[in-house]
Amino acid sequence: MVVTFSFWTQNYLDLDTTFTLANYREAWTDPLYRELMLRSLRISVVVTVATVVLAFPIAYYVSFHVRNHKALWLFLITVPFWTSYLLRVFLWKVILGYNGVLNSALLGLGLIDEPLSFILYNANAVVITLAHAWAPFAILPIFVALERIDRSLLEAAKDLGDGPVRSFFRVTLPLAMPGVVAATIIVLIPTVGDYITPRLVGGTEGLMISNMIQVQFGKANNAPLGAALAVSSMFIVGGLSLMIFFATRKIGRGGAD
Amino acid sequence: MSNRRNKLNWLNTYAVVYMVFLYAPVVLLPIFAFNSSTIIAFPLSGFTTEWFGVLWTTDALHSAVRNSLLVAVSAATISTVLGLFAARAVARYSFPLERGIMGLIMLPLVLPEIIIAVALLIVLIQLGLSLSLWTVVLGHVLICTPFSIAVLGSAFRGLDPSMEEASFDLGETRWGTFRRVTFPLVLPGVISSLLITFTISLDEFIIAFFLTGTDVTLPVYIWSQMRFPAKLPSIMALGTILLGLTVALLILAEIFRRRSATRRGLDASTTEGLV
Repeated sequence: MVVTFSFWTQNYLDLDTTFTLANYREAWTDPLYRELMLRSLRISVVVTVATVVLAFPIAYYVSFHVRNHKALWLFLITVPFWTSYLLRVFLWKVILGYNGVLNSALLGLGLIDEPLSFILYNANAVVITLAHAWAPFAILPIFVALERIDRSLLEAAKDLGDGPVRSFFRVTLPLAMPGVVAATIIVLIPTVGDYITPRLVGGTEGLMISNMIQVQFGKANNAPLGAALAVSSMFIVGGLSLMIFFATRKIGRGGAD
Repeated sequence: MSNRRNKLNWLNTYAVVYMVFLYAPVVLLPIFAFNSSTIIAFPLSGFTTEWFGVLWTTDALHSAVRNSLLVAVSAATISTVLGLFAARAVARYSFPLERGIMGLIMLPLVLPEIIIAVALLIVLIQLGLSLSLWTVVLGHVLICTPFSIAVLGSAFRGLDPSMEEASFDLGETRWGTFRRVTFPLVLPGVISSLLITFTISLDEFIIAFFLTGTDVTLPVYIWSQMRFPAKLPSIMALGTILLGLTVALLILAEIFRRRSATRRGLDASTTEGLV
């Protein structure tokens, strides 16, 4: 079994070296690919920040304020995530569309005079949809980290005169950082390579690198270039996650002094 | 302590709003499935079960469902068996490069799926294999095994090694011990792993999209139908049925996971294995 797994990684790399570096040169210098790559990174960084920031209060709420039904809450949080991804993305299209649910609701309430058009077929829609799709992946690691915090530390902070805000920033948040970092990396990596969401709700200016990879494998029939793009994005994402990981470790250590 | 109460109110409100955000698409699905208009938008025009009827007569859909079930059952079985071996090996023995090997196995968990799909496609083409449902099964086994190991790993960690030792002392063979002692003890974990991997495989799109030949799986079929506005209501109906089935499966998986947690004498509400 282990052989099977190492198999594809290695084979894959062997294959790439035999194909010369021309594909990489093209993947890295062509303005189109560079633009798509940067956009993918930008979108997924925004998605990650949004998802983690939105997820933290929920994880905090379930961990600190829900007494008896923690498992039920976690179960409820994960249920939407298990429904068909394709259909969830499609339903966001229905919600955000020109005649969509959100626009009709806002029109009906008299909050707006004409439908909002900036929410579908662009990067915003991709961000909203992905922030929804990856929510449980952010909530669960943060929740686990919060659960591990020894509650007596918070009492100690209170006894030593810290207010709720100060003890949150000086005790709770630093101790929850491992969960936050895990959540960041778990959300960041797959969102860079997401295909369905940009394709369905992204329009033309919300397309991302994976759509180009697919085009290279399909219509353009340039599999090596597609592979070069895939490997490049994998390395960039991997490097980025390592940077986040080490940066936060350093900050964590600096804060401990 | 009005400060604290304010904070709690604020958090309560936030939690409710967030749950609405999480459930918004899921709630809309059945609403549009029963709506008689072909346009997926408000206002609703009337109640109908017509779209569910359409599903019964669509042959392409039936074969997609059959393909998907075949793929999901195979992928779930294979990845759970592999997960069983790996989890057992890691829990019971230590071997050289254990961390490295486990890291490699768990890698698909954090790789973008499109990269796994592309990588497998290249390997398969190089090997000269033709694409079929079995290549999809292969891809799904790759992404399902880490989940299976995560679930089974926690089941094995909770296992008391002295049970197996007792069985050896009483004259059981290795295989007999595994079959009569170890396996029954981790059975809830096995079932929960089967259900989770089945669900993952059933819903997976990208890998199936890249690796399938002429036989399409259900998500690939749905994808192809999304281009035709007239087909959308029946897709909604299909989605509703799938939603019901998945939730039922998940509740089952959760029950088995808790039962395995209880059997290990742990608090059933732990999140271990889920995360």
